[in-house]
Amino acid sequence: MSRKPDTTPTPGRVSLSTWGDPLFKGITFVFAAGVLALLVAMFAVLWHESAPSRAAFGLGFLTDASWNPVTERFGALTAIAGTLISTLIALLVAVPISVGIALFLSELAPARLRTPFGVGIELLAAIPSIVYGMWGLFVLAPILSNLVQPALANSLGFLPLFSGPQMGIGMLTAGLVLALMITPFIASVTRDVFRMVPPQLKESAYGMGATTWEVVRDIMIPYGRKGIYGAVFLGMGRALGETMAVTFVIGNSHRLSASLFAPGNSIASTLANEFTEADGDLYLSSLVELGLVLFLITFLILGFAQLYLKRMSAPGGRS
Amino acid sequence: MPNHIDTRRRVLTNRLVMGISTLSAMLGLAMLAWILGDVALKGIHAINWDFFTKLPPPPGETGGGLANAMLGTLLLTATAALIAVPFGVMAGTFLAEFGHGGRVAAVVRYVSDILVSAPSIVVGMCVYLLVVVPSGHFSGWAGALSLAVIMIPVVTRTTDEMLRLVPTEMREATLALGAPYWRMMLGVIYRAAAAGMTTGILLAVARVSGETAPLLFTALNSPYWLDGLNGPVANLTVTLFNYAMSPYDEWHTLAWGAALLITVSVLVLTGFSRIILGTRIR
Repeated sequence: MSRKPDTTPTPGRVSLSTWGDPLFKGITFVFAAGVLALLVAMFAVLWHESAPSRAAFGLGFLTDASWNPVTERFGALTAIAGTLISTLIALLVAVPISVGIALFLSELAPARLRTPFGVGIELLAAIPSIVYGMWGLFVLAPILSNLVQPALANSLGFLPLFSGPQMGIGMLTAGLVLALMITPFIASVTRDVFRMVPPQLKESAYGMGATTWEVVRDIMIPYGRKGIYGAVFLGMGRALGETMAVTFVIGNSHRLSASLFAPGNSIASTLANEFTEADGDLYLSSLVELGLVLFLITFLILGFAQLYLKRMSAPGGRS
Repeated sequence: MPNHIDTRRRVLTNRLVMGISTLSAMLGLAMLAWILGDVALKGIHAINWDFFTKLPPPPGETGGGLANAMLGTLLLTATAALIAVPFGVMAGTFLAEFGHGGRVAAVVRYVSDILVSAPSIVVGMCVYLLVVVPSGHFSGWAGALSLAVIMIPVVTRTTDEMLRLVPTEMREATLALGAPYWRMMLGVIYRAAAAGMTTGILLAVARVSGETAPLLFTALNSPYWLDGLNGPVANLTVTLFNYAMSPYDEWHTLAWGAALLITVSVLVLTGFSRIILGTRIR
């Protein structure tokens, strides 16, 4: 007899167990595929709508610094440069501070201080970016223009980087606000990475007479290198695509300048300022191509971040 | 003794680095206190009965409030959650229950992790091109949709992680009683993971309630009372942006009020989710 034994007592159950599970699995599969579809749809619409701009400017779009709606000549160089420079400033400031915070949270802080400090850092991550932007404009920018920029100009003014208008609004301010925003992200991921270092390794080093700093430098940082790279790339991805915090303080000018004090723009701030006002197909299409460039750059960087973090973490690790 | 000097240098270096590390942590907390303090001090002046009950004033006039924007933000966020929660929970269920370490699940996980941090302004731009342009007008639906797109990967990944925390024995026990898989999920597994999943949803809601960029091109903003989701919808974040960038002092005050309200709501939501889960938040 090859018939399967009937284990279900009622006919109703038979039908449910035959179509219920495949249906449930099918529905969940459709939604999971839907997440991929979102990505594909976003990419497709950006690609399709940027066609006029790609046809008109080609690859030269990426290296052209002009942005003129009247003559309909558009290039992405200023915005790309602004995005990269503000992100670089942010990383230069945020990475050392974040590693310091992570070190404090994982190694130095007394047990009863760890939770309040940890919560504080994570609250910093939860503050919406527009609040950072507004605070940067009304509080940080005046301080920079009255105190920090004159001091920098007096001491390092011979460098073109630190000469120019001391308005408090510009590339430097944008980079600092971004640094403030991404520090909690990098710090909390780095702290988790430090916590993954096996205690045996650290204790062996301490047992040999190493100081805390030597354990960090020679054991924890080498062990967690991939995870730290991941944390930095994660912060970088956030900084590249951050819109509101930057739009408030970057100054929104389409001119390339060697000075960090001068106003500039980033891809995201250009989109925020001009997208709804763009008249003319080529103008709109050029803005869409800017968005496409931003999407590709951040996707690449965040992809690296996840690769590094996945390699670092145990199976079923962080989200 | 060179060895002695070397040890002293090592100890000094150690002290220096430890000092810098402690200072970094102090700096982090100080920045938090500074920002929250400024938002509270400047925002509190805007908080009064009118702030919660009236429409915004015309430029240059005092009084008025942001009641329409508060309603709008609530409605946009709730609509977005209604779209994103079922979507994300179902997708997360596939990843945790049927993915089996397969390639599809791995790719979806990877993409969701990237989308969690993807630039929200690009999401707003895509929704503008896909919804606002064809329909010919800005709308609350488009705004809610772009917020939903931002929520979906967060909910997906939290659901995934939380379901995988449910012990296998619980699944085996339910299946051994003869329950079909879907019945087991609805009756047992989702309940077991409920606290964690709620946390993920609250965190996603907290995150989008402070989002501005995706609303700029979709829900836009409006100085009027809410009139359905078919037209532009007033919301707190875009109002904050417009008012803070305006030259009027009265509008600046209202913008600080909005900043205070948004910050408090986001922090309260984040705190709630922390209490529910009883562990660390991301």
